[in-house]
Amino acid sequence: MIALLLRDLRLAIRAGGGFGLGLAFFLIVTVLVPFGVGPEGGTLAKIAPGILWVGALLACLLSLDRIFALDFEDGSLDLLATAPIPLEAVVTMKAAAHWLTTGLPLVVAAPVFGVLLNLQGEGFFWLTVSLALGTPALSVIGTFGAALTVGLKRGGLLLSLLVLPLYVPTLIFGAETVRRGTEGMETGAPLMLLAGITAASVALLPFASAAAIRVNLR
Amino acid sequence: MNAHLTVTDLAIRRGGIPVLEGVSFTLQPGRALVLRGPNGVGKTTLLRTLAGLQPPLAGTISMPPDAIAYSGHADGLKATLSVTENLSFWAAIYGTGGFAPVLEAMNLEALQGRLAGSLSAGQKRRLGLARLLVSGRPIWMLDEPTVSLDAASVALFAQAVRAHLAGGGAALMATHIDLGIAEAEVLDLAPFKARPSTAGGNAGGRGREFDEAFA
Repeated sequence: MIALLLRDLRLAIRAGGGFGLGLAFFLIVTVLVPFGVGPEGGTLAKIAPGILWVGALLACLLSLDRIFALDFEDGSLDLLATAPIPLEAVVTMKAAAHWLTTGLPLVVAAPVFGVLLNLQGEGFFWLTVSLALGTPALSVIGTFGAALTVGLKRGGLLLSLLVLPLYVPTLIFGAETVRRGTEGMETGAPLMLLAGITAASVALLPFASAAAIRVNLR
Repeated sequence: MNAHLTVTDLAIRRGGIPVLEGVSFTLQPGRALVLRGPNGVGKTTLLRTLAGLQPPLAGTISMPPDAIAYSGHADGLKATLSVTENLSFWAAIYGTGGFAPVLEAMNLEALQGRLAGSLSAGQKRRLGLARLLVSGRPIWMLDEPTVSLDAASVALFAQAVRAHLAGGGAALMATHIDLGIAEAEVLDLAPFKARPSTAGGNAGGRGREFDEAFA
């Protein structure tokens, strides 16, 4: 299992692996929004939590179709399905590798990019906490979407449409946590719900993803 | 190692359409079985079904658990990983140790540090077949294993299969080339072609219809 995780991480950082794709996209969004909205600091500070979360979410979405597509094309997925490790473990490791190469860099970089959007005081802390709790759910849900669409030519569009509604709760509670944190309000409730979504996704979705892959490999 | 495979009255389908029915054979340890038949008869589908990648339509497959090493048309290589990295990954997945003897057996020693993406088609195939050797599994299921191999590499491969059989393993191969393995039996699949009359098949009932929706 660890071998699979290490292989995926190694593949991601090698040429053409797609590491940094999400991060670059996130940077572009946070750089461009102030130009579009205008330099008025108050407006930017107000929309910063939402923009940062939407940016992180779209950055995650960008690399989802790579999770299984490459392994499907070169036959590795067939071989992994007949290997001694269960398919549930394979999809969990795939989701973990996606989070480590996409979600974790976003968590680390988000406070820096928050400066560009004039994020206020406490917001930096809550942005990091909410992204750290929320992005694993984005990776796991995205892996499920990728499992459903594996084997489809140009499945990226379908994947985005399938996954976006499932991302909405995470986005709402994530952005709400940051907004409340920025305004000095109680953040417990949205943060708990965010953590709950992540916990439930991580616990249940690998089984659904593995089942979807079994059907798609037939 | 236990490499006993028994297939009884197996029926399989491809894309929801039955292709083979009534397939029965036994594969003993130390034996090789070569599947023959015209294109589209269902050799690949049969191998995929036996490997557990798709469920059979009817019939039973009995074999020890975790016995199969499957090798399809694609080699499952990562172009940006080196030969050694590709092999050590599969060795770790199958939980087997050293792969140095395997590199030697498939004549890959000189290519160790090369990226798999820079190998020729035949060299990639040799690396793909080397994965079987590190799997440590008793039953090999090979789909056209000799595609793009030169004569010397085919001989190398036949030697590896023979060594595997001598070690108590078994091999099931879909191939058109005579590998020169004396103990290999041949199973012609053409007589088992599914008759169109049974194609509609109401054998499964509701559960099967539900399955069909996803097939």
